Amino acid sequence: MSEEALKELGAHIELKRPDDVLKTEVAFGELNVTVTAAGIVDFVDFLKTDGTCKFSSLVDITAVDHPEREQRFDVVYHFLSMYQNHRIRVIAALREEETIPSIISVHPSAGWFERETFDMFGIIFSGHPDLRRLLTDYGFRGHPLRKDFPATGYTEVRYDEELKRVVYEPVSLVQEYRQFDNLSPWEGAKYILPGDEKGA
Amino acid sequence: MDVDIRQNTYDDGSHDATDTEQKIRNFNINFGPQHPAAHGVLRMVLELDGEIVERADPHIGLLHRGTEKLMENRTYLQNLPYLDRLDYVAPMNQEHAWCLAIERLAGVEIPRRASLIRVLYSEIGRVLNHLLNTTTGAMDVGALTPPLWGFEEREKLMIFYERACGARLHSAYFRPGGVHQDLPPELIDDIEAWADHFPKVLDDIHYLLSDNRIFKQRTVDIGVVNEEEVLDWGFSGVMVRGSGLAWDLRRSQPYECYNEFDFQIPVGTSGDCYDRYMCRMLEMAESTKIIKQACAMLRMPENQGDVLARGKLTPPKRSDMKTSMEALIHHFKLYTEGFKLPQGEVYAAVEAPKGEFGVFLVSDGTNKPYRAKLRAPGYLHLQAMDHMAKGHQLADVSAIIATMDIVFGEVDR
Repeated sequence: MSEEALKELGAHIELKRPDDVLKTEVAFGELNVTVTAAGIVDFVDFLKTDGTCKFSSLVDITAVDHPEREQRFDVVYHFLSMYQNHRIRVIAALREEETIPSIISVHPSAGWFERETFDMFGIIFSGHPDLRRLLTDYGFRGHPLRKDFPATGYTEVRYDEELKRVVYEPVSLVQEYRQFDNLSPWEGAKYILPGDEKGA
Repeated sequence: MDVDIRQNTYDDGSHDATDTEQKIRNFNINFGPQHPAAHGVLRMVLELDGEIVERADPHIGLLHRGTEKLMENRTYLQNLPYLDRLDYVAPMNQEHAWCLAIERLAGVEIPRRASLIRVLYSEIGRVLNHLLNTTTGAMDVGALTPPLWGFEEREKLMIFYERACGARLHSAYFRPGGVHQDLPPELIDDIEAWADHFPKVLDDIHYLLSDNRIFKQRTVDIGVVNEEEVLDWGFSGVMVRGSGLAWDLRRSQPYECYNEFDFQIPVGTSGDCYDRYMCRMLEMAESTKIIKQACAMLRMPENQGDVLARGKLTPPKRSDMKTSMEALIHHFKLYTEGFKLPQGEVYAAVEAPKGEFGVFLVSDGTNKPYRAKLRAPGYLHLQAMDHMAKGHQLADVSAIIATMDIVFGEVDR
């Protein structure tokens, strides 16, 4: 789809739903719409039923964690219209303690996506009929895709020959987790190399 | 378990007797996690009324490896092999989505020869996938010979994978900016020879299955999906086309150079398991056509040349590294620090054999993705299991799993 057509579509959505839409933007050939979390159900329903939009199928729901922000999470929805042949990305920012309404009444396929997002980020989707964990282990604690969750996790499992069952233990690594910061100090890195402070 | 007791009422007004000795209740069984027809590690809690499925609750995540978390801790290039491990039946198609996302963020055009090679290998991946799915799907409903015949051809295709990149499954062949290495001319000849012979094999499989009475009894009118259900449950790929919607990303939102190829999109009419089987069989024939065209195009003089867009994303030529210090530094920096992408978000999707496979990539301007979300088609298909299996017999569940084309590498990630 051309940049022009996407801009037009963005303007159309902004015109029709001025209360919900906070910002529309076309970047990398894709339309991004930022909306308020509270009005997401009505907005998604509008996207589905409006003749120009006709975003008939839900492609994906996920979240992005920005721990340094006041509104920590971005819940990101992708929709596709098989009739108009265009895509849209809808973003709703959320504080850590806030909940977002579930869109399961509009798109039944949101069920697992919302369960996964709950599992991975701890975002509560209000009105979801069955908000259980999906991908992690039974009895898992924590939300792995949050930035403050370590990549190594907290527990490890092994089969115990004496107890004849699988046991959970705190992670103990024989060797430090190999996480190298290869970012060039000439661009990007925030720290000052030892000795460089003298030059400044 | 007393809560499960029901009392059915019948047409003639009679109803089930429920005295204290005769109590009928629904039966819950565990399907999997080690069931051969589950195509991996699927645990499904089925509530059965006699042999009729009342409720299906798939428990997934037994193969969850935390790919998305791992990807946040590695550079873009180090992440590429993780994509092979999602849908391990057709690995290169996944890599393709990853490369497209990176190229769109970086604004890199890949050389034409690389584009043709990508199309060629994506279609080989499609045949690999459909061969496995149709034939093992037949095995799930009782046929034993088709998988043996199908795997024979898969073996040949995996050798083509091996000859291009050195690995039969986890190829890491598509790279941001092109493909890793050029194909030798003999390989193109051999792929073309294979494509000439393959329709004969397809005919054989058709002969085994397409008119087979038992196969039809098990698949016709099983797991019917209509247009509304397709949209509600977010289906893609053959699950859409089997129901009569001619939706194919290769045609509707062309990527790479698919718009230059001549191919048809097979569409079903009734949306049942048999139509989807037929779509897959016909798609293999169409893919063979694309493979032949790609081979012919790869031989044309105007399509020769480099297979990598030389620049920040890709390593320098070996010969340059022997003579140029800058090239050597670039090579070293590329494989340690990796390349950086501009800040932004992209969603790149390809028509993977199973449906729309997408990568949602959030970059914060460093050498590692800030967030990478992998959107697998099988995830949505499996989600609709409860909806599709309800009212079917227990034995149909395995036929429905087979027709959804589920691989747990991509569902669990």
